[in-house]
Amino acid sequence: MELHELGIKAAQEGLAKGEFSSEDIVRAVIDRVHAADGKVGAYLTFDEDGALALAKANPRSVPIAIKDLINVAGQPCTCGSKILKGYVSPYDATVVKNLKANGFIPAGRVNMDEFAMGSSTENSALGVTRNPYDLSRVPGGSSGGSAAAVGGDLCIAALGTDTGGSIRQPASFCNCVGVKPSYGRVSRFGVTAFASSLDQVGPMTKSVEDAAILLKALAGHDEMDGTTPKDPVPDYPAMIAGSSLKGVKLGLPKEYFNVGGLDPEVKRVTEEAIRRCEEQGAEIVEVSLPHTEYAMAVYYIIAPAEASANLARFDGVRYGHRSAKAVDVMSLYMKSRAEGFGPEVKRRIIMGTYVLSSGYYDAYYGRAQKVRTLVKRDFDEAFKKVDALLTPCAPTPAFKLGELQDPLTMYLNDLFTIPSALAGVCAASVPSGATAAGLPVGVQFICGGFEETKLLGICRAFEEATGRVTPPRAV
Amino acid sequence: MKAGSKIDVAYVSDLARLELSDAEKAMFQPQLENIVKYVEKISEVDVDGIEPMMHGRELVNAFREDEVRPSMDREAALANAPARVGEEFLLPKIVEGAES
Repeated sequence: MELHELGIKAAQEGLAKGEFSSEDIVRAVIDRVHAADGKVGAYLTFDEDGALALAKANPRSVPIAIKDLINVAGQPCTCGSKILKGYVSPYDATVVKNLKANGFIPAGRVNMDEFAMGSSTENSALGVTRNPYDLSRVPGGSSGGSAAAVGGDLCIAALGTDTGGSIRQPASFCNCVGVKPSYGRVSRFGVTAFASSLDQVGPMTKSVEDAAILLKALAGHDEMDGTTPKDPVPDYPAMIAGSSLKGVKLGLPKEYFNVGGLDPEVKRVTEEAIRRCEEQGAEIVEVSLPHTEYAMAVYYIIAPAEASANLARFDGVRYGHRSAKAVDVMSLYMKSRAEGFGPEVKRRIIMGTYVLSSGYYDAYYGRAQKVRTLVKRDFDEAFKKVDALLTPCAPTPAFKLGELQDPLTMYLNDLFTIPSALAGVCAASVPSGATAAGLPVGVQFICGGFEETKLLGICRAFEEATGRVTPPRAV
Repeated sequence: MKAGSKIDVAYVSDLARLELSDAEKAMFQPQLENIVKYVEKISEVDVDGIEPMMHGRELVNAFREDEVRPSMDREAALANAPARVGEEFLLPKIVEGAES
């Protein structure tokens, strides 16, 4: 096995035994990127000298690819947007500090939908990313660069962020494990905000155990993020060793299986996953999440509303693009934003401004927050009956580049990942199989808030029962 | 005003301090009408007596002592400025009648 193919666990074992150094791994990743990323386009920038210097200084560390909205001091942080062209981060995000303190180094910055708004990475203003399993298809999004890098063995592991499914859906498309931690489990300080009541950073990895190792490093209280509680971080990798599905109660939310847009092959792979869990001794129970049909609507009010407020900071004043055509302060704002943002970001800013505007607030944003309470209660009720929920992760496998043109159709990709994001619970996508054409399909497991140990344990046992299914890759 | 009113993209983009070309207005207007129509689905839900969920988790205030701590170095904070003068961000004139 070549070094760039390693996961975190294998890399750490090899480093501990002195079989190779951190520098060897970084060099192998760089060589792989030179050889294959011209086809995939996962990376936006890769400071090779910087990564090698960090590896030399930290000879037992494992390199991690970073989604381009997470600040690393001295590196660009464009969020996939023209508006941040030339921006250099003045500080490390807390997750980056946590990585460095736990035997990891940031290495390379990966593509994403602009400001994490999208489900295909096609909204990046800075380049196309392709699915390593079929180069004519998207890697998913918004963490599409992270998923393509992990699924294409262009890195050891990556960080992504998930607001409505942006870790889990691309993980499903690119054969990775992707974990969206519970809201508050991981600090958001230094992570460019999209929708602050939903955003979470999480691991995208080649195995569940790797995700457990990486999440342990990322998670915990941060005094710079008031939404991170002081709950101790469990030793996830140790806690999930030897986990089993025997006696685990898995709920199938009936609303997730009666959806018109569910691809028959995704349905088949999900049904096989259910059977496999049953064979392993899990008890399968049908449950109901009655407000599921409203979750998408709630999300497309709350997320744009928060985004419109968060993106107000891009005004051409303190950092980011400033229009050369501005003649006064108002035109400085209007033109800098017009020139800097892409179409999807503009749509969401307008949508968010609309639902928050005078006279509409109660009907849209206020009401959406109340329906969000009902969505969350559905999960609370379900978790009184079951340990976890098992669902499809995305309604389809990876679609073709350019295939989905209508914004609302694109939004429907997140049908199965949005409700749990609104509820603030933890969820993960785990590779489960492939379509007849060889496209990866992940299934989603969902557990209650701060139940990551249980979630990762179930995922690990499922992964073990499934075996590593790797359809042929294009790179 | 109630849900069901038509979004006026040109007016709202102005509120958002976002200049749109005529082509963008023509593209966004039907797209956003569609999205607004979709999200109005939530008007079907009975929310009487339901508390709003304001955040991703039930929160208590996170207080700390109000003590002076080091903050970002001024040069670091100014390093990404599109235009600056001395230790300040440089902007077009804001106050009417003042010398720029």
